[in-house]
Amino acid sequence: MGDSMAEKRRSRVVHSIRRSCLRGWAAGSALLLGASLLLAGCASPSLRGTGDLGVVIERASGSVQLVDNTRSERLATVKGLGDLSHASVVFSRDARYAYVFGRDGGLSKVDILAGRLVKRVMQAGNSIGGAISSDGRVVAAQNYEPGGVKLFDADTLELLAEVSTHDATSGHSSKVVGLADLPGQRFAFSLFEAGEIWVIDVADPRHPVTTRYPNVGRQPYDGLASQDGRYYLAGLFGEDGLALLDTWHPEAGVRRVLDGYGRGTEKLPVYKMPHLRGWALSGGQAFLPAIGHNEVLVADTRDWQLRAKVPVHGQPVFVMAEPSGRRVWVNFAFPHNDTVQVIDVPTLTVVKTLKPGRGILHMEFTPRGDEVWLSSRDDDKLVIVDTATLAVRRELPAASPSGIFFSWRASRIGM
Amino acid sequence: MGTQPVRHVLAGLALLVSANLAMAAAPVSAPSPSPERAAVIRHLVRQDCGSCHGLTLKGGLGSPLTAEALASRSDEALLATILNGRPGTAMPPWRPFLTEEEAKWVIQWLRNGAPE
Repeated sequence: MGDSMAEKRRSRVVHSIRRSCLRGWAAGSALLLGASLLLAGCASPSLRGTGDLGVVIERASGSVQLVDNTRSERLATVKGLGDLSHASVVFSRDARYAYVFGRDGGLSKVDILAGRLVKRVMQAGNSIGGAISSDGRVVAAQNYEPGGVKLFDADTLELLAEVSTHDATSGHSSKVVGLADLPGQRFAFSLFEAGEIWVIDVADPRHPVTTRYPNVGRQPYDGLASQDGRYYLAGLFGEDGLALLDTWHPEAGVRRVLDGYGRGTEKLPVYKMPHLRGWALSGGQAFLPAIGHNEVLVADTRDWQLRAKVPVHGQPVFVMAEPSGRRVWVNFAFPHNDTVQVIDVPTLTVVKTLKPGRGILHMEFTPRGDEVWLSSRDDDKLVIVDTATLAVRRELPAASPSGIFFSWRASRIGM
Repeated sequence: MGTQPVRHVLAGLALLVSANLAMAAAPVSAPSPSPERAAVIRHLVRQDCGSCHGLTLKGGLGSPLTAEALASRSDEALLATILNGRPGTAMPPWRPFLTEEEAKWVIQWLRNGAPE
């Protein structure tokens, strides 16, 4: 299998390089000289940007696909990234490198322009994600085992410092969830067991300074930074509500918002933890998954009061506003993960229910939202949907795909 | 997948002759599901239990489900956890998706290292 796969991969890469060569070059005769010469000869003329590139996690095979979201095609596959059964990605601020955080604690730096693995370190036993600092120099990894956050040099992946969540009283280290960058060389994250929010200042990344906000609520499961970096919001699994930190007024501490949103109704079992990121806030409103209710919560971000509950098909996992903010897309936990719903923002109603494939794990908008890419884990495909017509434009093969991460994230706070 | 029943017969024979009394004493009278259903259940455990417990079952927000991690837990406790969930934690009840017999089969499958 290895040889034919490698051959296929090579021809795919060469194919895409050849195409860019043709675009930049008139000298077609050089094509006959073979792949290696092509690669060498191509080095200078085949310039391209990275603004329409992306990374797709292939969770079962420990590989990532590099994709082009202008031409809707796969450029290359990069293998050897370890256990990517859960993985997330942040980008260097020049949008050339993707930092891939794997389940097994591996942190991999992938050159998305050259299509190769640059560097890989094993930094923990069990990891969940990461973030990159506002100056792009520090990569932070959030860990389940042994808990805590580790800081790395973004160039070399050298370990700079470790922020432990070990609690002397309980003897346990809390799992870290919801790590997000904030302006001014800071990161915020939440402690699942301890029920705290911490903000670390990494202006001196070898000596991070921690501010702790205890007693924010039971079992924070994920968190997000707003796109302006002002708010940090942690979702709570163990209580009906969210914990909000206004970083413009840190002295006011963390307060509870949307408290008791599910009051009076029975909680349904949750078969997959929802995920939060900055796409939840748009146009002065927050769109958030309810926990244990088949609803999307809508809050006003001026006063953080609940404005509406939109009934949906199942337990929401990702609730993502389009870049325009006009519509909100929702996917669902097992056993409803074959469905995606689209909420119209002005009317706060579901206007479309799609069945794009089995095991829809993730959604990602193109930079200005003309398309959304969906990963269908159980149908081994990516589904590209036109957000204007809600019609499927194209499907691409992918092996058990999960997260899709486009390079526009490189320039966004909280991504 | 076609070799699955054979593997179970072999595993059963091994139980009879091995000195592993702990496993032989397990209350497993559960008949094996059909090969098709077994494949569906294995997929469910890896992918959907795996959302929290990890695709490799080495743990995540949920605890690991490796044979070593489960060694100290009784079949009865695991069966109750799978079917009813654990109130106060993130573990939901799986009774809507697994029969009691199937849950028992899952426990043995996990104890055997969750072979493909």
